[in-house]
Amino acid sequence: MVLELQKPRPIWQIMFSTHHTDVGLLYLISSLAFLFLGGSLALAIRAELFLPGAQIIGDAMTFNRIFTVHGTTLIFLFIIPFASAVGNYYVPIMVRYKDMAYPKLNAIAFWMIPPAGALIWLGFADFTWYATPPYSIISAPGPAADMWIFGLKILGISSVLGAINFVVTILKCKHPDMSIGQVPLLAWSFLSSSLIILVAIPTFAAALLMLLTDRLGVSGFFNPAMGGDPIAYAHLFWFTFHPEVYVLVIPAIGMMYEIIPRFSRKPIYSYNSGVFAFVLLSIVGFSSWAHHMYATGMSFTEKTVFMVGTLAAVPASAMHVFNFVATMWNGRIKFSTPMMWAVGGIALFFSAGAGGVANAAMPLDFTTHDTYWVVGHFHLFVMGTIAFGSIGYLYYMFPYVTGRMYNETMGKVHFIMSFVGTVLVFFTQHVLGLYGMPRRIFDYPPIPEWIAMNQIATVGAMIIGVSMAIFLANMIYSSGKGKLANTEDPFGIGGKYYYPFEAKNPSH
Amino acid sequence: MSGHSNWPEWVYIGVVVALMVWVGAEAWEAERLVEHVPEDAKTIIVTGQQWFWTFEHEDGTKEIGELHVEVGKAYKFEIHSKDVNHAFNIHDYVVLMDAIPGRVNTVWFAPTDVGTHDIQCREYCGLIHYNMRGTLIVEDPKA
Repeated sequence: MVLELQKPRPIWQIMFSTHHTDVGLLYLISSLAFLFLGGSLALAIRAELFLPGAQIIGDAMTFNRIFTVHGTTLIFLFIIPFASAVGNYYVPIMVRYKDMAYPKLNAIAFWMIPPAGALIWLGFADFTWYATPPYSIISAPGPAADMWIFGLKILGISSVLGAINFVVTILKCKHPDMSIGQVPLLAWSFLSSSLIILVAIPTFAAALLMLLTDRLGVSGFFNPAMGGDPIAYAHLFWFTFHPEVYVLVIPAIGMMYEIIPRFSRKPIYSYNSGVFAFVLLSIVGFSSWAHHMYATGMSFTEKTVFMVGTLAAVPASAMHVFNFVATMWNGRIKFSTPMMWAVGGIALFFSAGAGGVANAAMPLDFTTHDTYWVVGHFHLFVMGTIAFGSIGYLYYMFPYVTGRMYNETMGKVHFIMSFVGTVLVFFTQHVLGLYGMPRRIFDYPPIPEWIAMNQIATVGAMIIGVSMAIFLANMIYSSGKGKLANTEDPFGIGGKYYYPFEAKNPSH
Repeated sequence: MSGHSNWPEWVYIGVVVALMVWVGAEAWEAERLVEHVPEDAKTIIVTGQQWFWTFEHEDGTKEIGELHVEVGKAYKFEIHSKDVNHAFNIHDYVVLMDAIPGRVNTVWFAPTDVGTHDIQCREYCGLIHYNMRGTLIVEDPKA
């Protein structure tokens, strides 16, 4: 199965193409570019926090802009477009259709990303990825803030268009001989996450417009000076962005469902429980948004409701972990690079989830909320789980996309360094949070424990940085000069563990 | 598809659900007790603004950046904000509550030992957020 045409073509033919693998390639390259851009901002943040006092970043405003753009970039310009890349390559093939349902819409959805990325990067706003009102209304400097709002608006539309395309492709364009219960779990993951997007995004789209008109001074939805309420924004934002967490994580879990059975040389333990857990997560994901808001002065009853809603999502996530472990159990496992990333991702997913239970428990949240604990917690998801699953999948699809093999040793070194680095940074940040260090601070008082843990975290981040340089070199070198892959069985597992159908959709 | 028995998964899910019920019940019970403000708690009005804290005691005395309280007494904080969102935090006593313009949030604590503790802002509030700090000084009136 070859996913990309190996014959070299001029770049404009790919750029103006609407073929699903070409659009997938565009998504892939742009998302990886933003991974390296956003990641280098993370290294700047960690370097700054190595010691108290100003280190490499001159002033607090620059620091605030850097962490805002870091978060916005990696969530909206790396994770989501990377999932779209994988979905574009694989979903049409998995449902046995010639392309995405709406190829032109697909290309349009992609081409909204570069201008949005340009708005975010050229503006460099400072009001955090949450765009916290009333700060964002009365204090945040323009035009950066307005450019961020427009950038996010465009990205929201792009997500909705992409989601419509995935839902229609999977539900209406799958081969008539194929029932929905035969669609691979990766395609199920795109169906679930796309449905979440369609329900969740409009709320934030409305909130963004209200934020913009508030900034223009013509309304006061979130501005207390004009009778508005910042808490209303918190509800609208988290109603979109807690489910969005599942939009980010579900495709990564889907990618692990492709990798784990193949490299364990066993069928998935329970396809049905995988489907059930995806559907359950996409429903209960909507019952927990206000657990981000315990400290805003919510009543005891409200907090209880959202704690129960949050804990309700745990069994569904735990089902995935069980499914992975049970699949690997007694399997003839081959630890090639993709498998290492997937297994590492599952271990960190479990750790992140365990920390999340502590956050959800009401009294404990008042210790952890808005400290480095939370930073460590959600980075274990976005980096430890989602980026690990995604990068593993990138190694897995690399021979199918380029027709060449990556360097296995460099891939394994990349994994080991990233895993060690991730544990050093984000586990340490959990403890740092328990010692009370608030997030989003440019400088901190010289408390010995804070200094020690910040230094451990910075060292970990630099290890990840070096591993990512190895990764970049591997990808660039191997896509041009790597040894030719045996596309029937690039990982030497035995052919019957791959998809049986010949997968190459004609160009048009 | 699964032609085999799934019972280990159901046992495992049962254990996870039981764990979550236990965590939820413990948290509910603890939070219920923590939120009960003692009758004799003295009120301190806390005002956050970019980028410092102001405290007003019941007797009208005001302090900026420093807060003096007596050991063994209960205090109820009424938290206001003059501009943007802040979060009033005494980490050593797990006191955390957002200061939100247009709203008054309350939280209480009772210092148990004489000493000084850090007060900080834990919600992003702009340029000097990192240095919106203060000091809690717990004193013994008999000393």
